[in-house]
Amino acid sequence: MRYAIPKTAAEAASLLMEEAARVLAGGTDLLVQMKSGARSPEVIVDIKHLPGLRDISREDGGFRIGAAVSGAEMQEHADLVAAWPGVVEGVNLIGSTQIQGRATMAGNLCNGSPAADGVPAQIAAQAVVRIVGPKGERDCPVAEIPTGPGKISLGRGEFVASILLPARPERSGDAYLRFIPRTEMDIAVAGAAVNLVLAADGTVDQARVALGAVAPTAMLVEEAGAALVGTKLEQPALDALAKACEAACKPIDDKRGTVEFRTHVAGVLARRAARIAYVRAGGRA
Amino acid sequence: MAFDQQQKRDFKVVGTRPVRPDGIDKVTGRAMYGADLSAPGMLVARVLRSPHAHAKIVKIDISKAEGLPGVKAIVTSADLGRPEDEALRDTQDNCLAYDKVLYDGHPVAAVAATTPEAAKAALAAIEVTYEKLPHVTDVDAAMKAGAPVVLDGRAYEEVPAGWSQNVTNHCEFGHGDLEAGFAKADLILERSFKTEATHQGYIEPHACLASVGPDGRGELWCCTQGQYMVRETCAGILEMDASQLKVTPSEIGGGFGGKTTVFIEPVALALSRKAGRPVKLVMTRDEVFRASGPTIQSSTDVKIGMTRDGRITAAEATLRYSGGCYPNMTCMMGAQAAFAAYDLDAVRTYGWNALTNRPKEISYRAPGAPTAIYAVENVLDEMCQELGLDPIDVRLTNAADKGTKSSYGVTFQDIGLKTALEAAKAHPHYSAPLGPNQGRGLSCGFWFNFGGNSSVTLSVNTDGTVNVTEGNPDIGGSRASISMIAAEELGIPYEHVRTLVADTASIGHSDTTDGSRVTFMVGLATIKAAREATQKMCARAAAIWGIEPDAVEWIDGAAQPAGPNAGKFPPMSLAEIAATSLKTGGPIAGHCESTADGAGVSFGVHLCDIEVDPETGFTKVLRYTVVQDAGKAIHPDYVEGQMQGGAAQGIGWALNEEYIYGEDGLLQNPGFLDYRIPVASDLPPIDTVIVEVPNPGHPYGVRGVGETSIVPPLAAIANAVSRAAGVRLHELPMSPPKILKAVMAKG
Ligand SMILES: Cc1cc2nc3c(=O)[nH]c(=O)nc-3n(C[C@H](O)[C@H](O)[C@H](O)COP(=O)(O)OP(=O)(O)OC[C@H]3O[C@@H](n4cnc5c(N)ncnc54)[C@H](O)[C@@H]3O)c2cc1C
Repeated sequence: MRYAIPKTAAEAASLLMEEAARVLAGGTDLLVQMKSGARSPEVIVDIKHLPGLRDISREDGGFRIGAAVSGAEMQEHADLVAAWPGVVEGVNLIGSTQIQGRATMAGNLCNGSPAADGVPAQIAAQAVVRIVGPKGERDCPVAEIPTGPGKISLGRGEFVASILLPARPERSGDAYLRFIPRTEMDIAVAGAAVNLVLAADGTVDQARVALGAVAPTAMLVEEAGAALVGTKLEQPALDALAKACEAACKPIDDKRGTVEFRTHVAGVLARRAARIAYVRAGGRA
Repeated sequence: MAFDQQQKRDFKVVGTRPVRPDGIDKVTGRAMYGADLSAPGMLVARVLRSPHAHAKIVKIDISKAEGLPGVKAIVTSADLGRPEDEALRDTQDNCLAYDKVLYDGHPVAAVAATTPEAAKAALAAIEVTYEKLPHVTDVDAAMKAGAPVVLDGRAYEEVPAGWSQNVTNHCEFGHGDLEAGFAKADLILERSFKTEATHQGYIEPHACLASVGPDGRGELWCCTQGQYMVRETCAGILEMDASQLKVTPSEIGGGFGGKTTVFIEPVALALSRKAGRPVKLVMTRDEVFRASGPTIQSSTDVKIGMTRDGRITAAEATLRYSGGCYPNMTCMMGAQAAFAAYDLDAVRTYGWNALTNRPKEISYRAPGAPTAIYAVENVLDEMCQELGLDPIDVRLTNAADKGTKSSYGVTFQDIGLKTALEAAKAHPHYSAPLGPNQGRGLSCGFWFNFGGNSSVTLSVNTDGTVNVTEGNPDIGGSRASISMIAAEELGIPYEHVRTLVADTASIGHSDTTDGSRVTFMVGLATIKAAREATQKMCARAAAIWGIEPDAVEWIDGAAQPAGPNAGKFPPMSLAEIAATSLKTGGPIAGHCESTADGAGVSFGVHLCDIEVDPETGFTKVLRYTVVQDAGKAIHPDYVEGQMQGGAAQGIGWALNEEYIYGEDGLLQNPGFLDYRIPVASDLPPIDTVIVEVPNPGHPYGVRGVGETSIVPPLAAIANAVSRAAGVRLHELPMSPPKILKAVMAKG
């Protein structure tokens, strides 16, 4: 096994072309997987020293977040938290204080877990992922990255360099909630993210709802968003939202939760997250 | 005056809260745990485990593995003899499977190699041919006729018709006329309950270092609750003389009963004997879950009759336990404990054990009692709700007291149940208002407490300090308590005493640290040893003063003339006597090697408030109060620590901890991610109230406190959840999917 610290993106991409190469960001998934024997990479490519990968920078009114930025660094960025509280709270739910010091949003995405807490809010936010590879750079909507449990759409030699959260219109807000049986240190049994933009009178103008842990990948539920548009989150709208979410669920039945439990709770969380996002957008609940 | 007679006395050290002697080592990392010792030439061992729930071992071929580089020894059951003693044979077979594997994770072979990688490669090269057998992992299924039989020839002599040969143990307790009792009842409730097995969850996995020389003499360093138990068991399995095996207990990172047997020690010794080199064997967390001892799984029926004003007229319980793949008698302790809290005219309990394809159960704090009392207290709470009665008043009406003939036959001496119930009733927690979706639960709890055998040597050093040497591993702060007791008796400062836990060659036999016995029993032995030492010191002073030894008494840390007739001499302190001791008759020490009954049962009462989220089934423990009788709290911090620790573990058991077996009989959650112990943020501050009703069997009144505290939480939480959710739950753990299902079914 070899451990490499590339200094340029091109060098990283060429290392990643090697057999059984693996990106190392915070390592909070990778090292655990190596210890349990689930993964045995030959080359470990530490991306933390590449230029710009640990920066949060402003771009066209939005935020470009380097792939090696930790959850704790995101939490300390006041402007980012003000613009995208839901995305940041999703990432901050990961692990504990210690884990937050290392875990990255990009690592959370690239690990490919259907239950990843950082992903639904990124999908609801329409985040755009910048991918670097042997053929240069390309941008990709975040929703197209995960393709199944443990699987992502990146090609050989490619890695995520940064993720762009777009600029916010006025009166917008987002929120993410997950269900775990304990208060922390657990894997989401269901998760829901809601991103809203309100009209001047408080009516929902745009709504995107994404669910986690209830299907092979985190997913956008268009009908759920549509149920909120044109409403002020009155009870029938919230009920329609929950129904749409339940209809979209295709969860597994396992030790962490039954199908009926995951499905029901996804709807409950979506309702609750919608109310929080609404208030954050300046709406009066 | 009889030794154990209690005098009213003003304690100077007992009851204070000095710093624990092992604290600095533990927080700085200097403490030596099981895996911390290494030896020159040491090999690392790894264990090959069964991937099946139940299978016949057709063949184990180690030839390929033996030839791999770095591999120095491989052992299987064939390397060991067949002990005559059935219990010892079961223990051995649990360490290395004999002709069948009985559960997922059952050890089949072990390798000692120069590196962990070489050992791992050797495990992969061992070829085991299995013939899979049908399995059973549920206690109720295992009891039915036609269930796969886990072990042949071990059935209870009178297994009832229609039951399986898996039924291995039975017991029955009680007195009075049940039929007449139920006839007097205004309300009779009959309910069935089920609880899943849980694990002790100690932080430190089992670990040991074994070294056997060419002369057959062995040394073993390991984390255990009982070095003598380890020595006797290993000597038995390896056919060694006890005198030739020295076992040194390491510092221990939690036991809770789980380290009162052996899992790896005989294997490491066998490997070392074969390889001729020291061998270190450390279990992984996965192995700890799959193959060390969890608790029983239980299925319980309870029937109680009660008058309109809350008097219990008759009570009956059937307890079906499975302690995994070998017979055990935990059902007996459950059947004895179930109704111990109540003064009943008519009571009967029946205990059964059935074999299942699960790992061999080992004690977990008050084994058998929590699940039994969970069922009983649950029914009582439902009856209180139905009859509109106050839960504490109903318990006070029926509470056992001094002179009560208990449901298991013993007549109680002084006990603290009523005092604890009164304290709970007076506590502000009991009358605090509750919000929506919140419920308050209550439960009594009971544990027997044990006495048993222990050895203590108390040496008076020439500089006036004192060493207490004893044979009981310290799992709850006992070195502090023992030092305090020695200081109290000798009249010297706590800081002048240091207590050490010795190896098997350095002091006489001591029973395992279990049954909440150490502060009681080692404390008792320390008092006796100290009194022997003070007698000797009085004799030295008498000789120096030229008066009769019995004209001298020990007061305030010094020898003093007993009364005016003895003569006028200034007090001679321990330090003064110690300083000249080598010239006045030699070293001074006190000893006690003894056995004691009279441990004194202990009762507790727990109160808790829970909020249930009716839309998700999520539970939040809002407030928790533990009231418990300690007899006399030597070091109140550690008594409170035991009370809080038991409550925390019980909360986990009640809400989220469970062994989850798949259809294939394999354990699905052998790790802390999916075996959900409460994390710190899951728990509220746990308030404690120590009640002190002295135990007449101990000179200071001490009762054991380590186990009672895990007994009430199961029912206290279940009762709170049931009241908060507005629907009664009958199964543990009450994980969110189960609660949500019950709430939704209620509509
Ligand atoms: C104790 C603990 C608790 C946890 N709790 C949670 C939780 O509550 N919720 C949750 O969602 N997760 C949780 N996790 C999982 C993990 O912490 C997160 O998924 C985290 O975000 C991973 O980020 P990382 O930077 O550590 O990734 P790494 O471990 O470095 O990488 C993860 C995977 O993604 C790949 N990768 C990483 N970065 C890139 C990149 N830029 N381009 C391409 N591939 C990349 C790696 O090769 C690897 O396969 C927990 C983990 C632990 C150990």
